[in-house]
Amino acid sequence: MKIIEGLKYTKTHEWIKVNGNEAEVGLTDYAQQHLGAIVFVDLPPVGDSFKKGEEFSAVESTKAASDVYLPVSGEIIAVNEALEDEPGLINSDCYANYIAKIKINNPKELDDLLDAKQYALIANK
Amino acid sequence: MSEFKTALYATHLSLGAQMVEYASFLMPVSYSTLEEEHQAVRENCGIFDVSHMGEILIEGKDALKFVNYLIPNEIPEKETSRVIYGMFLNEQGCLKDDLFVYKLSNEKILLVVNAANILVDNFWVRNWRKPYKVKIKDVSSQYGEVALQGPKAKDVFAKYFKTDISDFKFMTFRTFKYQDQDLLVSRSGYTGEDGFEIYGNPELVKQIFIDLVKDYGVVPCGLGCRDTLRFEACLPLYGNETNETTNPYEANLGFGVKLNKPGDFLGKSALVQVQKDGIKRQIVGLKLLEHNIARHGYEVYQDGQKIGYITTGYLAPSLKCAVALAMLDKPYTTLGTVVEIKIRNKMVKAEVVATPFYQKHYAR
Repeated sequence: MKIIEGLKYTKTHEWIKVNGNEAEVGLTDYAQQHLGAIVFVDLPPVGDSFKKGEEFSAVESTKAASDVYLPVSGEIIAVNEALEDEPGLINSDCYANYIAKIKINNPKELDDLLDAKQYALIANK
Repeated sequence: MSEFKTALYATHLSLGAQMVEYASFLMPVSYSTLEEEHQAVRENCGIFDVSHMGEILIEGKDALKFVNYLIPNEIPEKETSRVIYGMFLNEQGCLKDDLFVYKLSNEKILLVVNAANILVDNFWVRNWRKPYKVKIKDVSSQYGEVALQGPKAKDVFAKYFKTDISDFKFMTFRTFKYQDQDLLVSRSGYTGEDGFEIYGNPELVKQIFIDLVKDYGVVPCGLGCRDTLRFEACLPLYGNETNETTNPYEANLGFGVKLNKPGDFLGKSALVQVQKDGIKRQIVGLKLLEHNIARHGYEVYQDGQKIGYITTGYLAPSLKCAVALAMLDKPYTTLGTVVEIKIRNKMVKAEVVATPFYQKHYAR
């Protein structure tokens, strides 16, 4: 199970990579392994805003759909359009393939997230 | 843990299956991936443990009369080798369950019912026993069941059982001795492919499963692909396409209703009325016109008005496109009608298309 130092994580298996007041958000290795082959990613419209913990996207395997939650409140400023044709990119490298880029509304919310060590305790349970 | 386990439970674990609870049974959802197992059944040969299915045995002088009263299909007095599709209907003519009927003789009839409904079905059957001279036994624990499915199933079956199957027609069954024990085999299945459903002593059925996987290269398949396979062939699943508020005509199961057969049957008067009034809604096929996937339970709209719901939906593995079965109000059931499916917060366009999505490959 791959967990990268320097990223922040949620209990619901999203990662967030912060760069100033912007961030990339994606799914962790744990999540992609449990979902199996991803066949569709429902990307949010650019410009939409979501609250911390709100579902902003969904990833689907053949079997089922799973919601993806935003780790902190923000506005979608870009989506990873490559996932439209190749949703399996999340399976092949989940950390190189973000789902959306956001503008962070309230940087203080980042303090509630897990670091790599804390997340490892959940993912390796 | 309160879940039931089939005789093959340890085998599933040793084959690396991912297990899931289904109808109180711990069953394999997949061993490798759903897609690989799906393709194995479409192109080659797969085997499913379906020992969770329930078996109810009706024995006695009035067995034939009794079962003909329980189900709307006709079980003929003369022939014995045909597998008959049955339904249990309530007083509104709606489905309590669907089942396979194996008439072993006019005095001995085996009903194979869905795992989720074993208890309810047992109560239901017993409820109508009087005045018939029959004994009702739940024999579920005495039967294991595996389903060998796919275009190569016939070759594997003939070789393993060293038997000629040239005159073994689809939807017929045979009983024979194997290793001195009774087996019941029907040429049938739930995948849209040719295949065999094998019933017998759980330990013997387990041995057959293991032999076919280890020595014949048959792919073990889980409940995951069982659902995508039956869905592509538009075979109904109880709880999805049918339930206690669905009548057979709405679910395209009118072939299993013989209103003109001799005698009364449960649900008949309601169905006669339904035929007179016409149905108000029906299961149809939908093809999504936008990139998305419709799932069980999503609502269907037209012009902001709710007109139905999705009963099953997938990105169909054999078709490589997103299709769904939906229960839609009339007149939106007409081919070519464009509707909208509410997927999360979006309205996604879909078109009513012909079913089945996948043409069945049965050996006739």
